[in-house]
Amino acid sequence: MGLCWCGYGGVLIPLWQGDCRCPSQYWEEDAGGDAGAGIWRDAVVGLRSPVPQVQEIVFRNFYTAFLSVRVQRPGPGGSRRWVTCLRDLCLMPCPHTEEGSQDYFCLHRHQMLCDVDQVTAMRFILRQPSPVWLHFTIEDLQIFPPGQKSPQKDFPSWLSQLTPPEQPASLHGLPDPEKVSTEVQQMWVLTEVIRARQAAARIGRFDVDGCYDVNLLSYT
Amino acid sequence: MRKAQGSWEKRILKSLNSMCTELNIPLAQKRPANEQKELLNKWNEMGTDEPDLSLFRPVYAPKDFLEVLMNLRNPNYENGEQPSFRNHLGLIQVPLKVKDIPELKEDFSELGLNIGQLGIDDSAQVPPEFFENEHVRVGQKVLAEQDSAAAQQYVRQGCPTALRADLWALILNISNQPEDILYYEQLKSNVIQHNLLVDSLIYKDVKLTASNDDYYFVFEDYLYQVLLCFSRDTSVLEHFTYSSATPPKSYIQGKLGMEEYAVFYPPNGVIPFHGFSMYVAPLCFLYHEPSKLYQIFREMYVRFFFRLHSISSHPSGIVSLCLLFETLLQTHLPQLFYHLREIGAQPLRISFKWMVRAFSGYLATDQLLLLWDRILGYNSLEILAVLAAAVFAFRAVNLMEVTSLAAAEAVLADLSTLKVMPLLQIFLFATVT
Repeated sequence: MGLCWCGYGGVLIPLWQGDCRCPSQYWEEDAGGDAGAGIWRDAVVGLRSPVPQVQEIVFRNFYTAFLSVRVQRPGPGGSRRWVTCLRDLCLMPCPHTEEGSQDYFCLHRHQMLCDVDQVTAMRFILRQPSPVWLHFTIEDLQIFPPGQKSPQKDFPSWLSQLTPPEQPASLHGLPDPEKVSTEVQQMWVLTEVIRARQAAARIGRFDVDGCYDVNLLSYT
Repeated sequence: MRKAQGSWEKRILKSLNSMCTELNIPLAQKRPANEQKELLNKWNEMGTDEPDLSLFRPVYAPKDFLEVLMNLRNPNYENGEQPSFRNHLGLIQVPLKVKDIPELKEDFSELGLNIGQLGIDDSAQVPPEFFENEHVRVGQKVLAEQDSAAAQQYVRQGCPTALRADLWALILNISNQPEDILYYEQLKSNVIQHNLLVDSLIYKDVKLTASNDDYYFVFEDYLYQVLLCFSRDTSVLEHFTYSSATPPKSYIQGKLGMEEYAVFYPPNGVIPFHGFSMYVAPLCFLYHEPSKLYQIFREMYVRFFFRLHSISSHPSGIVSLCLLFETLLQTHLPQLFYHLREIGAQPLRISFKWMVRAFSGYLATDQLLLLWDRILGYNSLEILAVLAAAVFAFRAVNLMEVTSLAAAEAVLADLSTLKVMPLLQIFLFATVT
């Protein structure tokens, strides 16, 4: 089936594997615009406890062309209902070719059609209309809750206070600072380059009887 | 794809190892002092040396590489034996996404019929006031501004010969600073001190290819000066972070498996194959100072040429280029493609060697440099596949009459009279689809 472990917030939670209905309707010549034509698979991922908030869903694709995601949420009156939060996301722009077939994908909260709060189960519907592929699935599925507040949101206070422009100091009798700084910079670059190129190890450590004796190339 | 690249690399290493053991020559050896002095004196005329290279053979040739690419299969793809729409009609069976002519027209829009091109609009019949003079003026302005992005856009319409060396250096960000010259001198001293087996392979390759070429034999000495240093340049190892290839490793004798005693061999991680020196040869027309020539070649290698001999799914990788060529030919010259296939002359068998060498040694030099202008301008090697298809389109009438692979190869043996830009323009913009 391909969906066994789901990492939630970094902790792996075993899931029950729900119904895996795989009605494989093979591609017919006159499928005629049926949105459900082609091969598709359907997997339900149940979670042990309701997820308060889903921030990101991360997975690695394996030849799936389109992905739809439905979530089960509490509805009015205590019941649970299924809501589509992602409809036919295109993972492979051209399903007959390799593009996107083994890429990593990350789905964010804001890409979804509905709020993904208090989720008790998720359903991944995989579609691959091209018949040339033998198998298709998604792998390494992980679901992440919202992390801590992003540090970028809070700027340190000193950053928001612009410093006033400095008054240029008077420079009588001193050489032109521009010229001096370019010369010093050139010298500094040269020394940096030489320092960077120095090997940490002693020169000649590989010498064996005056030969830098390399035997055969390694296959591993 | 990575697995395939890994097994291809293993084959190359096996070949090199067996050559090593057969000839009983170490992979690397320090030169004795008198030999070092001799080499230093002869540095500018290494071509006069005539070492005995008869026992050496190139590690692999492009046709060996083509055999590997032909056998690439995706295990998740239905590669049935029965012919069906799933099997590709050409040699490449990997279903990578390649562009079709409308997409190529958009990408290469500056090659359009109503836009001036060097290679077409600078011919003797066209008065220079129409395009050439203005184009040269713009080029001089770009150089004066030292604007690398503008230069890249500019060379899409071709580079005037006088400005080409500087424009390419601007695009590739080569400025030949004192530290670069120092670095080159350091590499030169590494060559003097140690003798690598790979050096003999380089000598052999230069003698077999560039020295026999009417245009490039004069540059033989330059080629040694560049390629021998190139083998020792460990900064080339950085390109392996974005290449699907892995540099070969070796261990100091007696320390097999101990990581502290592992070295990359050759130091730059690149084992030259038959025809490798042809990547450098055309550049010798532009640059005469060895250190600058070296840097330009190194930058062109780590940006473009490495993709031509490693297996990857990159759109400019050789697998995609082969598939692009075959797809273009099938779509736009189906009768020709079918005919060639029927007589056992799959078109890729003929065009593969052109693309692997980026047409170096097959086209006349001025035409080749116009082609390489566009490679730099568009930062992509796809133009090589388009040109290969355009050449077949140009000689289609003759090719339809051949009845064997040898005859097809004979029709396409001599490309030295072809003009590259008109062929590309006609194929992309003036062919009825």
